[in-house]
Amino acid sequence: MSNLISQLTLLSPEIFVALMAMLILLLDLFIQDKNKHLIYGLSQLTLLVAGLLTASLGFSEPQFAFKDMFVFDSLALFLKMMSFITLSIVFIYSRNYLLNKKLLTGEYFSLSLFALLGVMLMISSRNLLLMYMGLELLSLSLYALIALNRDDKKSNEAAIKYFVLGALASGLLLYGMSMLYGFSGSLDLYTIGNIIQTQEINSELLVFGLVFIVVGIAFKLGAVPFQMWVPDVYEGSITPVTMMISTVPKFAAVAMLIRFLFQGLDYLIVDWQQMLLIMAILSMIIGNITAIAQKKIKRMLAYSTISHIGFILLGFYVGTIGGVQASIFYLTTYIMMTLAVFGLIILLSNTQKSIEFIDDLKGLSQTKPWEAFLMMIVMFSLAGIPPTIGFYAKFSVLQAVIDQEVIWPAVVAIIMALIGMYYYLRIIRLMYFEKSDKKLKTKTSLPMLSVLTINAGGLLVLGIFPKTLMSISALAVGGSL
Amino acid sequence: MIENHILSIAIWSPIFFGILLLLLNKKLSTRKINYLALLGALVSFIVTIPIYKNFNTTLSTFQFQEFHHWITPFNINYHLGVDGFSVPLILLTSFMTIMVILISYQSQRFKSASYYSAFLIMSGLMIGVFCALDSILYYIFWEAMLIPMFLIIGIWGGPNRIYATIKFFLYTVLGSLLMLLAFLYLYFKSGTFSIIDYYYLPISLEAQILIFLAFFMAFAVKIPMWPLHTWLPDAHVQAPTGGSVILAAIMLKLGGYSFIRFAMPIAPDATLLLKPLMISLSLVAIVYIALVALIQKDMKKLIAYSSISHMGFVTLGLFLVSPLAVEGAYIQMISHGFISAALFICVGILYDQTHTREIKNYGGVINKMPLFTAFVVFFAMANAGLPGTSGFVGEFMVILGSMKENFWIAFIAATTLILGASYSLWLIKRVFYGDIGNAAVAKLSDINAREVMILGALASLIIFVGVYPKIISDITNSSVMQFIELVSFSKVGVL
Repeated sequence: MSNLISQLTLLSPEIFVALMAMLILLLDLFIQDKNKHLIYGLSQLTLLVAGLLTASLGFSEPQFAFKDMFVFDSLALFLKMMSFITLSIVFIYSRNYLLNKKLLTGEYFSLSLFALLGVMLMISSRNLLLMYMGLELLSLSLYALIALNRDDKKSNEAAIKYFVLGALASGLLLYGMSMLYGFSGSLDLYTIGNIIQTQEINSELLVFGLVFIVVGIAFKLGAVPFQMWVPDVYEGSITPVTMMISTVPKFAAVAMLIRFLFQGLDYLIVDWQQMLLIMAILSMIIGNITAIAQKKIKRMLAYSTISHIGFILLGFYVGTIGGVQASIFYLTTYIMMTLAVFGLIILLSNTQKSIEFIDDLKGLSQTKPWEAFLMMIVMFSLAGIPPTIGFYAKFSVLQAVIDQEVIWPAVVAIIMALIGMYYYLRIIRLMYFEKSDKKLKTKTSLPMLSVLTINAGGLLVLGIFPKTLMSISALAVGGSL
Repeated sequence: MIENHILSIAIWSPIFFGILLLLLNKKLSTRKINYLALLGALVSFIVTIPIYKNFNTTLSTFQFQEFHHWITPFNINYHLGVDGFSVPLILLTSFMTIMVILISYQSQRFKSASYYSAFLIMSGLMIGVFCALDSILYYIFWEAMLIPMFLIIGIWGGPNRIYATIKFFLYTVLGSLLMLLAFLYLYFKSGTFSIIDYYYLPISLEAQILIFLAFFMAFAVKIPMWPLHTWLPDAHVQAPTGGSVILAAIMLKLGGYSFIRFAMPIAPDATLLLKPLMISLSLVAIVYIALVALIQKDMKKLIAYSSISHMGFVTLGLFLVSPLAVEGAYIQMISHGFISAALFICVGILYDQTHTREIKNYGGVINKMPLFTAFVVFFAMANAGLPGTSGFVGEFMVILGSMKENFWIAFIAATTLILGASYSLWLIKRVFYGDIGNAAVAKLSDINAREVMILGALASLIIFVGVYPKIISDITNSSVMQFIELVSFSKVGVL
């Protein structure tokens, strides 16, 4: 009995989020339109309590529940806390936008919370079935979120596209899982790893299965060549949803990658290293070069995301703990930068029309100097120029690569980073070096601006004192690998 | 107590004033902003004087060292220190910032607070580059300094400023990123980012060559060496006067300084191996770029090309690796800092009144601006290497040094004395002498007291260093010896 309680305690954040998501969905029916703020408040409260519950589990040795299906270790603690914080910031930034678009409904919040639940399950799972369940919960919520603005053609197109491709990727992943199960007779990743190591298994078939697993992960991350959905979904969704999709699910995808490749299939490292390397290099090349040609800001950011994913994969490719630490650190900074950039886009969007084209930012430094300044910091950080945190992210990944005495991926990465600078600088150029042809009429909401200032300013402050964040992400990885 | 933080104070006080200006931007009148900026620059200059006064010239080690742990996971530290190569450049930087602020009083009317603050912040970052003894700290200062310059050219520059500033930024960053790779490789080999430790780190010849080439890309772009120089004329022409002054006086020196600090002592065997190539590139810069300067139609472009040609002497002197030549190269760096800055200021003064830099739009300026012309002629003579000016000392020492190496190197290098005189004097003839060229020239009025003060200060420094170069060589002497020793010491033998 006490065993059951301790197991349930381990799952208490998940249980709580699930209950609250359902409660919010239910409450939404009874709350009048003008009182929808309650839903917002309740969602934030959910995140806060879930965060406290997770924190109360504390930083300790890995703990297991339900016959080792569910694991809670330092990595899970870190990634879950990051997901809560991220989603909370997403909610803060989205609120006014949704209010203006008359989309501030229970659906947005409860779907986001269900997606979060999927993310949390994926982060903590070391069992194929649980992983797949989490993934589907996340994906299904996202399909609906993308189509949230249901009168918009683009939004529907994006949702359908994501749904078709996502279903295909899920199918491939499931196929890979079934092969792993077929070889080992187990659903537990550790057991599978042991069986692969100790028993003689046809390695060609094993690698065949591995490919499908990696495809599934790469699709969720949006790495080349599985990036097709990224630009369309970014462009088609309303900005709050774009912000959500480009941040929270990445934690799950990275967790999935670590659980599968580093904790389960580490015996096949030679095989998956090559796959990750190819995807990393291609993502950096295609992401950065295609971004230059974009006219729409969200499409540009979509390709920029792809290039950042390339950097994250490069860290994983190295296969050492140092590499994983670098990638997790990179992911953390990437999330901060993404939140800031979408937050700024939302802040600058008109009540009627959002900022759609890059040219809409022209001359921003004259009309909105403070916002332009924040945007400049974010852009320098995305470009990886010191003294912003983005530099250290690239620095630590490159350091991990050079540490293995492989030079050429680092050189490719550097050249691609240079190409990437061009389009980030273009935004600064438009904001600062050119005159605006039309004025942006926006109401600035002070609480949002202050959160944004902390967020974007943090990129600069952390760039001067990066030690703490580096140590925390190193600790998260070190305790569980 | 203060002694230990003397370098930090020199770095952070201009940055402090820069941020202060940004914050007070809207609250102060233009006049007060001018004064505050000048105060900031003066304070920042005064705090650098103790570095010079307390510097022990008999030591070749790094002095005024300051050490704090910073990013412990990677063993990156806030480690500062100066030797004979840094001190004169630090003073040059803080001095030039005063000049830039003074010269910008009239020409800059739009967003002046941000303009001044960009220069002050940049000044602090450049001093940081000269002080850093940790390679990542150095790298951060080096890269961060690009941001203000990028904005200065982009916001306050000429009509084609966007092209120029993006070209400037991307060129410099490409080199810097390769340098970062070199640092990461050295870290992988040694487990530290400390520059001093790199000096005694044994490295195989192949690795040395790669490291040298990575450094070369970073520094040769900055100096700039032929053929990586094409960003400089664009950047100079489009930059506002202050930007050109800092670019020519300080930023180019960062390249030369970094060759001394990194590329050559860290990869000495590669340096000796590639010495012929480096010397050839320097000679091409000296002769070919001087010829290019001769045919320029734009005054700023002419001075920009003359800068590249003069910086060719710096690289030539450094790669000859003899005490005389290295000393000469260093004096040439300082002297070029004064002379090119003065010439850019002069062009700026003319441009503010006529809004053109085309040589053909001038003629007979002496009739309207006799005092100004006197200064310009003096600076042009110094640029051509007239004995008695600082321009002569450095070039002469480098030519003497190369004579010891090979007669023909000295011969080719010496042609610059003719070419330099040609383009400088021809420029003077076309712009200043003759009859009044057109109505715009007829409306010119002579320089005011503030401008006389600026040009006078620079002119006296040029003469002072020209007559008494010992003031610089005394400081650098023991560091030069140490440098020669490091570069002559084979690291391959240790392996």
